Amino acid sequence: MTAHDPVLPSRPNAGGTTYVYDQFDAAFVRERVAEFREQVERRLAGALTEDEFRPFRLMNGLYLQLHAYMLRIAIPYGTLTARQLRQLAYIADQWDQGYGHFTTRQNLQYNWPKLVDVPDILDALADVDMHAIQTSGNCIRNITADHFAGVAADEIEDPRPTAEFLRQWSSAHSEFSFLPRKFKFAVTGAEHDRAAIMVHDIGLRIVKSPAGEIGYQVAVGGGLGRSPFICKVVREFLPRADLLAYLEAIMRTYNRFGRRDNKFKARIKILVHERGLDEIREAVEAEFAAMDRAPFAYDTQEFVRIAAFFAPPSYAKLPARSASLETAKLENRDFADFVSVNVAEHKIDGYAIVTVSLKPIGGIPGDAASHQMRVLADLAEKFGLGELRVSHAQNIILPHVKKDDLFALWRALDTAGLATANAGLVSDIISCPGLDYCSLATARSIPIAQAISRRFADLERQRRIGELGVKISGCVNACGHHHVGAIGILGLEKKGAESYQITLGGDPTFEASIGELLGPGVSAEQVPEVIEHIVEFYLAERQGDERFIDTWRRIGHQRFKELAWREGEDGSDI
Amino acid sequence: MALISEGAFVEDSWRRLADEEALPKSGKIIVSLSRLHAALQWLGAGSALGVFVPNTTDPAALVGALPRLSLIAIAFPAFADGRGFSLARLLRRAGFTGELRASGRIVADQYLHAVGCGFDRIEIPDDLAERQGEAQWRAALHARSLSYQRGYGAGGSILEQRRRGAK
Repeated sequence: MTAHDPVLPSRPNAGGTTYVYDQFDAAFVRERVAEFREQVERRLAGALTEDEFRPFRLMNGLYLQLHAYMLRIAIPYGTLTARQLRQLAYIADQWDQGYGHFTTRQNLQYNWPKLVDVPDILDALADVDMHAIQTSGNCIRNITADHFAGVAADEIEDPRPTAEFLRQWSSAHSEFSFLPRKFKFAVTGAEHDRAAIMVHDIGLRIVKSPAGEIGYQVAVGGGLGRSPFICKVVREFLPRADLLAYLEAIMRTYNRFGRRDNKFKARIKILVHERGLDEIREAVEAEFAAMDRAPFAYDTQEFVRIAAFFAPPSYAKLPARSASLETAKLENRDFADFVSVNVAEHKIDGYAIVTVSLKPIGGIPGDAASHQMRVLADLAEKFGLGELRVSHAQNIILPHVKKDDLFALWRALDTAGLATANAGLVSDIISCPGLDYCSLATARSIPIAQAISRRFADLERQRRIGELGVKISGCVNACGHHHVGAIGILGLEKKGAESYQITLGGDPTFEASIGELLGPGVSAEQVPEVIEHIVEFYLAERQGDERFIDTWRRIGHQRFKELAWREGEDGSDI
Repeated sequence: MALISEGAFVEDSWRRLADEEALPKSGKIIVSLSRLHAALQWLGAGSALGVFVPNTTDPAALVGALPRLSLIAIAFPAFADGRGFSLARLLRRAGFTGELRASGRIVADQYLHAVGCGFDRIEIPDDLAERQGEAQWRAALHARSLSYQRGYGAGGSILEQRRRGAK
């Protein structure tokens, strides 16, 4: 409860759209906060050395960055209620500098908290069923999922009950809290992968067996970073009743055999790569067969309990076509453009899914000011059943908006500077914080994103270019997912200067591919120009309404490389 | 070394034998893994045998000896190296009911994890025991009253409590 939010008690978490803590979940999180409060005191008193304190602060989301601490808040499966978002705004004002940064793992980062304030921030999060548990450290991280979960037309099943089931199972796990390295899960239940599951340590895809039974395709060993790998399928069909047992078998295999001699080779992707999928599968299946299944006997019932929270909300019965929407589109060109770019089909007639871009032209990708968070919370309550999503593309989604309300919503977004119609277009750039914040970074990312965004400021031109994922990382750790950008940009440091490597052809979906290097690095100033050359070449070569990635696949990387080389002769040193 | 049991520092009634020391005929003796076979042959009925193993040990290598072992100490070379947790689980699953000891740089904040995986006692070097005294270990044992995992000893399983509540 906060002074900023006097009507809080009358706004419970929107029932029926996301998980609500019971007494046990609430007590669990409060105990974790109390434990961390004590750990901070013991660190300050010297009972814990900095080395010993480090993994515990990381397991509570607290990093030591370039200029200050950074606190990473978990937003499990990217789902937020209006009340929760309002509390995030309050925390930003009370203990930070009035803004937060949404990340590619559906988390939120505060960049300027003080160590002594962190326990209070965690308590404020617990007030709204939130936490920062396991958003860092060598443990199972926040479980991510399709940001269109529950509303996408191409869905077999909402992935969020599975993700919540895993969130609980993985929280403060006695055996798996000191793994060789971090461990990331992503879940999708749709035919199109919007959660980039194939570049996670484990990617779960909800599938239906020929007999109609729902289960999981389990893929393992994907990841980005300095050695990018696409997941390999370790089990084509896993019945739901076996999910936790099987995952435990994978985790135990990894905990025992994952490399610990070199932190750059410690992820499960390296284990799978070095031992081979067959050997890993054999080890996992042997462990799975040897396990005592009694502790998992009630998993299915527990899953059903959790799934009930994600039951579809009560939608109004509406015609598929909204006459007022069609009229508004005819009368307002900007609105029509917004609808064509940022609005997606909802599975229920008369409703739409709206992407609110956190990528204004020239802005910082993923940043949201506290006043914008409040506007979004209000609009979610007014037009969207009180629910929001965070996408891994660092945007906010309003998943249940009546088509009849789209125009009013757009006007309100526009007033708040949140109506940029660029979802999925060239200026909808994914970027890590880079050297402006991060202690690992070797180059800046945000200014590069801003420069590209300004270069392509013309939205008309962006629409003509069409769907194009530009992703920027400020170091080899690849937090900006550059490997899976149709255009990927990696910032490195060469002889004291920033140098940017450009890759083409990355794809984060089920057809996952890792981008291929275009040529030697270019300077920060040259990046926008090079991107423009690449885009112009694509426009000249594309057939029909082919996407960039499809043209690249059809004509081949070599053609793009040749272009780069020719441009190089003209003096733009690619 | 300091030995912690149920949140208290206790006397160690076991003696860890260096590899160059001769095997006594009786007593409570901990030997290294390489001497396990010889010790099993040598020790009489009145003595108790324990073994000290690295955290990379294949549990299959110990299975035959488990009925005759009263103690297994698993090395924790660094507190962030979590392999010992899985090895403890596997030894308990294989039927080991004797004392399971985590030996090395375990910190108090990991105490419940260790108990959850089947450890009874924690053995830490003196410099660590100086910074993290008995009070901290006692508090650590109660830091978590609830856990989400079933089949792990630490805390009350939330699922079981939910099931009781639902009835």
